[in-house]
Amino acid sequence: MHRYIPHTEEEIKQMLQEIGVSSIDDLFVDVPKTIDGYNIPEGRDEFTVKKIVEGLAKENVHFEPTNVFLGAGVYYHYIPSVVRHMASNPNFVTAYTPYQAEVSQGTLQMLFEYQTMMCELTGMEVANSSMYDGASAFAESLLMATRITGKTKMLVAESINPEYRTVAKTYTKPQGIEIVEIKYDETGRIDLNILRSSLSEEIAAVAVAYPNFFGVIEDLKAVREVIPQNIVFIVVAEPVSLALLEAPGKFGADIVVGEGQSLGVTPNFGGPGIGFFTTLEKHVRKMPGRIIGETKDLEGKKGYVMILQTREQHIRREKATSNICSNQAYIALINAIYLSTMGPQGLKEVAWRSYNNAHVLAKMLEEKGFERIFKGEFFNEFVIRVPDNYREKWHNMVKEGILGPIPVDRVYKTLGPSALACATEVNTKESMKKLVEVMSK
Amino acid sequence: MTIFEKSVAGRKGYELPVYDVEELTCEIPQHLVRKEPPMLPEVSEVDVVRHYTDLAMKNYSVDRGFYPLGSCTMKYNPKINEDMAALFTDIHPFQPRETITGAVKLMGHLKELLCEITGTDDMTLQPAAGAHGELTGLLVARAYFEDKGELEKRRKVLVPDSAHGTNPASAAMAGFEVVELKSGEDGCVNLDELKTHLDESVAVIMLTNPNTLGLFEKDILKIAQMAHEVGALLYYDGANLNAIMGRTRPGDMGFDIVHLNLHKTFSTPHGMGGPGSGPIGVKKHLAPYLPVPVVRKTESGYDLDYNLPKSIGMVRSFYGNFLVMVKAYTYILTMGNKGLKHVSDMAVLNANYLRKKLSKLYQVAYDRICMHEFVIDNEEFAKKTGVKTLDIAKRILDYGMHAPTVYFPLIVHEAMMIEPTETESKMTLDKFVEIMEKIYNEAHSDPELVKKAPYTTPIRRLDDVTATKFPVFRFKK
Ligand SMILES: Cc1ncc(COP(=O)(O)O)c(C=O)c1O
Repeated sequence: MHRYIPHTEEEIKQMLQEIGVSSIDDLFVDVPKTIDGYNIPEGRDEFTVKKIVEGLAKENVHFEPTNVFLGAGVYYHYIPSVVRHMASNPNFVTAYTPYQAEVSQGTLQMLFEYQTMMCELTGMEVANSSMYDGASAFAESLLMATRITGKTKMLVAESINPEYRTVAKTYTKPQGIEIVEIKYDETGRIDLNILRSSLSEEIAAVAVAYPNFFGVIEDLKAVREVIPQNIVFIVVAEPVSLALLEAPGKFGADIVVGEGQSLGVTPNFGGPGIGFFTTLEKHVRKMPGRIIGETKDLEGKKGYVMILQTREQHIRREKATSNICSNQAYIALINAIYLSTMGPQGLKEVAWRSYNNAHVLAKMLEEKGFERIFKGEFFNEFVIRVPDNYREKWHNMVKEGILGPIPVDRVYKTLGPSALACATEVNTKESMKKLVEVMSK
Repeated sequence: MTIFEKSVAGRKGYELPVYDVEELTCEIPQHLVRKEPPMLPEVSEVDVVRHYTDLAMKNYSVDRGFYPLGSCTMKYNPKINEDMAALFTDIHPFQPRETITGAVKLMGHLKELLCEITGTDDMTLQPAAGAHGELTGLLVARAYFEDKGELEKRRKVLVPDSAHGTNPASAAMAGFEVVELKSGEDGCVNLDELKTHLDESVAVIMLTNPNTLGLFEKDILKIAQMAHEVGALLYYDGANLNAIMGRTRPGDMGFDIVHLNLHKTFSTPHGMGGPGSGPIGVKKHLAPYLPVPVVRKTESGYDLDYNLPKSIGMVRSFYGNFLVMVKAYTYILTMGNKGLKHVSDMAVLNANYLRKKLSKLYQVAYDRICMHEFVIDNEEFAKKTGVKTLDIAKRILDYGMHAPTVYFPLIVHEAMMIEPTETESKMTLDKFVEIMEKIYNEAHSDPELVKKAPYTTPIRRLDDVTATKFPVFRFKK
């Protein structure tokens, strides 16, 4: 007997009798018995399990969010209590894919509303109901560009998050897709001259990030003007910034993807987060992932169902637009609750404060001699030049309770000693002062 | 009503802290500044609470009742799992290494436990779901053959027609040619059929065992031998490992690559469609190709190993769905060695009990001892009564339970795939049987009644044909 497993000895006996076998072992006659149990400890009571896991949790350093100046794809924002409380409802947590729409209207309506919110933020016409993370969403956007154009060469800005580019290479290699990385210029934006000269008939897509990994805001208008209409324009966007920045859809983006962690999701040691994926209606049949649509029931009442499923793996199998099945729907719920709570005004304030704090911090650091490397206008992150021994300092800051700007020169070697600083609305004047003080020591 | 229709201009549900930082002017170039705010809801906190509570009430979930979705393993999700995951929500993946010792150690422990459970030598925890694990595993296989200089000739992946749809889709994404294996009379892989396709052009054979009919591939040892004889790899779709735990291990049966669905076998909730977690374990010869970083035991504890020159790269950012790993880890600590075997014992007992009971009324597709699930074939039933599997499913909803998986696997035309899981009591199973009996009688006495079901759900049967023909993708004012 176990607290999660309800069978009593008596019931087991009755059930075996009903089946017509004499023991549990009789149910496993087809199975070659290769082990007699595992070489792992026996189960433990709840109190003991808690102590073990809490012990592991205590071995990590937990920073005050005000003292965190590290972003690089995962951001600390203020998350109103209502978000966690509403998202904890077991009717969301312990349900699965809405295979029976009539008893899953909560999930389906929520996802429909989530899709609407993502369309609004990005200025696109269709959103799917989630991908694993920003990186895999980006990778799948390149696969989709190949389906749209039949071409396999991609021009990808080198200022896109390095992990996204790494994942994209893993995903696209078997399809024979060639990724050409386009360098940034002194502003930190994609070098338009290099981009222009790299264009050819073979190009399927051009991808940039908005803002990019350096925090710099790409000029989407200028990029779109350089690339011909028949080339798929992919934008990797940071969703909070879109409250302040013009929507990529306004500049002729074909696909807008990104990581939704910053919309109400805790950092979670990097996961779960959520990849969002949006596009234009004309491309929808080439799109990966699950899509929810509105419809009516047989009495004419409005309801929601999964649509365009013939693109998906459970029907098209090897011809599907993607293999994604389980997605990140629960995180989509968190995004939706957060966006409902913040509304357009709240999200804009969060974006503005992040922007303002980052700019104030940049000024403070510049006054202490930390030079900003890129001239281009930035959102909530910026790259600074740091002394050679900075990495050591970065580790030492931990003692002051500060999670400082992350060194980036291991990835971007040509930049020389440099770090990516981040500020959001959770940092305070006090905490920024302290960081500058510690950094200039 | 949607949350957008509840929106009132000027209403708000948030409050930010006092802000005392000097405000600078916005330097964003004018043409890049947003002109029109996004149409997001403007609602109060109470509005948010009521809206999402209302939506939750329209959902069926495991915490409400029986959810026998075959292949999806909707078992009870222990509450302690949630509490334990909550201890790790505020750490940043790029924190200095020395500040994340506990999290890395947890991944290390979990990996060792899962390697023991799968009988594999090394493992990545990075994949975010089962299908993601499949893709990762096949990319590993691809890298292995590329390294051996055999990729040119090994173009094929063999997948039985009873396989989960993600298997062929993943194989195609990994750049392989998919060859479907027709199942034999007994619902298992037919060795003669296998022989006709098996040669040195095959890279991988992908199997689920027990397969999606709930049957154990009894010739598995022979199949493994045949695969290895031609130099092919054997891939185990371990999404449903919950049938064999404590008795046998995929690695021992000869599988080279195994993916697990932590969100099934290891009791982490499915969250309406995810997040999941799909670690893959591999035998030694494939370890160099795993995605980076790989957690490894070192002299001083555990570390993240990025130094794999032959690695396929990364399949997602950071380390995977870490919080899901915490839940699975908690579960394994809780159940332990004997507990995990008990899980499989009771899952299989429940499935066979239901099979036996239901076979008195409905036709079981392969009526022999099954593993953790089984499939009902309603083709004859539908011919006789006009009531299809879909109708039965909808009628089950009326009686307050969730329907089983329908129309899967594809090889059984009016399929109903039932997986009770070990956390359901005999009482619940008997109740389900009672409902199925009622529906059986209704289908014979008043088929129209069943064909128009459901009646008692928040909404009646939905028109998904029109929804796909004239799609409405989003709310518009
Ligand atoms: C047998 C089998 N294989 C693979 C998968 C795919 O796993 P996931 O949905 O986590 O991608 C599932 C579940 O959906 C499954 O049941």
